[in-house]
Amino acid sequence: MNAESPIWALISTFGLMSLFAVGGAAAAVPEMHRIAVEVHHWMTDKQFTDAYAIAQLSPGPNVLIVTLIGYAVAGIPGALAATLAMCLPTALLAYYVSRLLNRPSQSRWPGLIQAALVPLSIGLMAASALILAQSTDRTIAALLLTAMVAVIASVSRINPLWLLLAGGLFGFAGIV
Amino acid sequence: MSPDSAPAVQEPDPVPAPPSLAALFLAFARMSLAGFGGVLVFARRAIVEQHRWMTADEFNETFALCHFLPGPNIVNLSMVFGSRLRGIAGGVAAFAGLLLPPTLIMTVLAIAYARFGDLDVLRRSLAGISCAAVGLLIAVVFRMMTPLLKRADPLALILMLGVFLAIGVLRLPLPAVLLVAIPVSIGATFFLRRKVAA
Repeated sequence: MNAESPIWALISTFGLMSLFAVGGAAAAVPEMHRIAVEVHHWMTDKQFTDAYAIAQLSPGPNVLIVTLIGYAVAGIPGALAATLAMCLPTALLAYYVSRLLNRPSQSRWPGLIQAALVPLSIGLMAASALILAQSTDRTIAALLLTAMVAVIASVSRINPLWLLLAGGLFGFAGIV
Repeated sequence: MSPDSAPAVQEPDPVPAPPSLAALFLAFARMSLAGFGGVLVFARRAIVEQHRWMTADEFNETFALCHFLPGPNIVNLSMVFGSRLRGIAGGVAAFAGLLLPPTLIMTVLAIAYARFGDLDVLRRSLAGISCAAVGLLIAVVFRMMTPLLKRADPLALILMLGVFLAIGVLRLPLPAVLLVAIPVSIGATFFLRRKVAA
């Protein structure tokens, strides 16, 4: 462990990040990658994409990729600290804002702000896809698998879990 | 539970009997564990259809609020829902129900990964799952982008592309990018709407 408390680094990092996570967990992935891989070197590129895959495959909110990052930094206390830091501040903020607006508001500001944030969060999610693809899709076969899943998921209503498991089978068989 | 103390007269609540804290915890734990790749669908089904704790309109309104606030939407939602039904204790019960079980599962998976992550079989399988996960994300991005492309809204497309380049290619820090992008986007949306209305 470092001399500077890694738990505190996790709390301050994810507590701050959660306040900028416009559009939910997938939009925060590039920032998580930047901080965990490029700034602090908490994990390698490969470990980060593995963590993303595990979080997608597991039940619960997808934001729990931070649990895996926290564990890699500081074991079980790190896992819990990262999870709470990412989830609690904005949940409390939501609680206070919902009390302020506890009747249906006539104001057009919430709708306007939401409309203004939509393109930003799509841009962030596209950046997530690019960053993850750069470390995952290093072979032609891997690229084809990603493209195939993207097309199938776009045109059908198949449960995403089956596509993830199919990807796992392709990997297990050594094809990608 | 005692009916003699009714503090909020101004708020006519259509929900007949608020659920117990344990019921809230269990309901959110169940929807969380059912929610592979997204809990929202299960949350709507449980809250609106199964338990009838809220109407569909109340659900949409609360979700819209949680969507425009920062942070993981479904986590915000648990706190707001729980607190609307049972005060802050209800919020904490729903929040804990949503997060505790999957966090425990995730911690076990983290321990397993730290121990066995280097096994060749697991490495290969995870590599395949990662490829599929990226494909799923791309599909979501396309589905969200479709309405913007159909409207051919130049402002939205420029902002989207700008954020994508700044974060995905230039790898700039998120707070810096958003401190510029959010005011620009809100300001531009405001003026465009006023022009349309005028």
